[in-house]
Amino acid sequence: MLNPLTMEDILNNNRLYGITALFDTPDEIIHAAKEVAKAGYKKFDVNTPYPVHGMDRSMGLRRSLVGYVTTFLGFSATAFILLFMFWTMSIDYPMVIGGKPYFALPAFIPITFETTVLLGGIATVVGLIALFSSLPYNNHPLHDTDYMRAVSSDKYGIVIESEDPLFDEEKVKELFAKLGSKKIHSVFYPEETQIPVFQPRYIVFLIVTAIAVSALTYVTLNKVLFIEPFSWMMEQDKVTPQEKSSFFSDSYGMRTPVEGTVARGFIPYPYKGMAAPTETLPNPLLPTKEVLELGKKKYLTYCSPCHGNFADGDSRLRGQFPNPPTLHSQRARDFSDGMIYHIIVNGQNIMPSYESQTTVEERWAIVHYIRALQRAKNAKLDDLQEVNKEIQLNVEE
Amino acid sequence: MTIFAVMCAGIFPIIHTGRPWLAGYLVPYPNQHGLWVNFISPLVWDVFAVSTYFTISLLFWYVGLIPDFATLRDRTVSKVKKTIYSIFSLGWRHSNRHWQHYEKAYMILAGLSTPLVLSVHTIVSFDFATSILPGWHTTIFPPYFVAGAIFSGFAMVVTVLVFVRKVFDMEQIITIDHLEKMNKILLATGMMVGYAYAMEFFIAWYSGVHFEFFVFVNRAFGPYAWAYWIMVSCNVLFPQLFWFRKIRRSIPAMFVIVILVNVGMWFERFVIIVSSLHRDFLPSSWGYFTPTLVDLGILLGSFGLFFTLVILFSRTLPVVSMSEVKAVAPNAQPTHHGGHLE
Repeated sequence: MLNPLTMEDILNNNRLYGITALFDTPDEIIHAAKEVAKAGYKKFDVNTPYPVHGMDRSMGLRRSLVGYVTTFLGFSATAFILLFMFWTMSIDYPMVIGGKPYFALPAFIPITFETTVLLGGIATVVGLIALFSSLPYNNHPLHDTDYMRAVSSDKYGIVIESEDPLFDEEKVKELFAKLGSKKIHSVFYPEETQIPVFQPRYIVFLIVTAIAVSALTYVTLNKVLFIEPFSWMMEQDKVTPQEKSSFFSDSYGMRTPVEGTVARGFIPYPYKGMAAPTETLPNPLLPTKEVLELGKKKYLTYCSPCHGNFADGDSRLRGQFPNPPTLHSQRARDFSDGMIYHIIVNGQNIMPSYESQTTVEERWAIVHYIRALQRAKNAKLDDLQEVNKEIQLNVEE
Repeated sequence: MTIFAVMCAGIFPIIHTGRPWLAGYLVPYPNQHGLWVNFISPLVWDVFAVSTYFTISLLFWYVGLIPDFATLRDRTVSKVKKTIYSIFSLGWRHSNRHWQHYEKAYMILAGLSTPLVLSVHTIVSFDFATSILPGWHTTIFPPYFVAGAIFSGFAMVVTVLVFVRKVFDMEQIITIDHLEKMNKILLATGMMVGYAYAMEFFIAWYSGVHFEFFVFVNRAFGPYAWAYWIMVSCNVLFPQLFWFRKIRRSIPAMFVIVILVNVGMWFERFVIIVSSLHRDFLPSSWGYFTPTLVDLGILLGSFGLFFTLVILFSRTLPVVSMSEVKAVAPNAQPTHHGGHLE
């Protein structure tokens, strides 16, 4: 009948958690719960494989408050998402979409509803698990006992904890026996085991595992099976430069224009290929600020690597390519605008053509910029006066 | 099953955005562009509806499984399984102090998911209904989609249950009475869907809108008439056989009919999407849709994903909640004089 302490428990000298009793029918467990509550015990619990109707009343439990958590967090979500949509759509980035007002309440309803339900649902489950049931709790003393295995399956159990002020081992066992239980057990706290986290062996194991996992991951992902998750539309069916094409009989993907046709915006250059043309074109652009700035940008991009930032012929290529002469020489200054343009298009000596890198407009802008550089390097006295006048004007302003 | 279906469902909008790697843009998060998502776009409603539906279904399902995980934990003899079940059972002790809150929370979740079912299908139908394409732009879509969803959902559940109860020897738990009740619901929702089909035609005629009327005549008698009549016969005509008690209670008969319903509901989507799109306002852009290999592959893949997950689930986890079955078994609850044994 009464289960005496086992030898093992006495030897271990573990603290008593409580006394458990098992019953076979729901009627018995309801009756037992009533009697235990009547006897004045507070720290007792009933374990049943499923919720038994009427048990809450028998145990003297108050109504569950889970619903309040759902309601509170659900409506908080309603308020939050409405305010959030109002703020994003009307204040932070106001946009008129489909002719609707900034605060388009009817169109906000679906998301408001969904968010309310989502947060309400999550709050219910988190509240149930963490707040009301204090789970997860996997090292509770009742776990791994015959008692737990029985109530998990088909028996009805009741347990009175030793922490109850009225707890007295003999009295509790007597009460359970009187209620008709045939299986009464004492349950002890499990022996406290400490996991030796800072053992040197454990730390070495951790480090080795970390290195091995990282190395394996690296090799697997980067060497063994390199798969690009998304090509970001870089691989397309279109023909790219230098690509072979099976569509054309000559297999060239790149096509030359049909003979006799002219591309849109193409302006023919009449002196192309001549070494020293006797006639040249006039500069069609005026040296405005925009043109000079465009010329400067293009000059610094394409010309300055060899000619130097100020056209002194001081190449930045450190002798890897022969230095060109300075552009401030009398000869270069006597070039007409058209001649400089011609050189950019055609190239000269070992300078290649820059026709494909620059547009017509950019070339003329470069010419203007070179002119500005030449003027700056060989300034006259009245230039200085002009500059002074300019400065004075600025000061006066 | 919902969860697996929603998983599959969630993939499709992401595929059809065309640039699936940018799907993250649909989530409103503070970003470098200083932009927010357009909260009045049905695509964003979809994101919220599908993700909420998925989350709540997952929670509902998991909460229902917690006590069963605890039972499995206490019954298994394998140490590995025990560890896994312990983690998932969260240390559930079948304590009545917990059951008390559990029952309430479970009821709340059930209460939350019911309107959620209605809302998710309503919002999916908004994807169509808020557009201006004839054939899509109708106010009947939300209730029509909800009825259709319940209809096809029940058909799918019957399809799976017919196998599950046989394979897992659960004929006493999932009885023929349960199946018969489900067939009655199929009959009812099938007629609702039929009513929606008829009403669509009526509205098209009654509205007097040329384009609307053309779309519906074209739907029933145009190049896609075959798809339309497959849909009508599978969804409306064949379920009428469930008026006969014999057919409602015959496993082979109901299996054939629910398969037809599944086919019919697939064709419903096909009809709505393809037949409305293939002839729109501009006759120059009319065409005939032929699925490519990729289209077929995506369809097959989603079937594969769904059935793999369902089969894995039914192999590893309890298909029917054990604690719920125990609670409704005979003599499971106290008698009326319960607790007064003296």
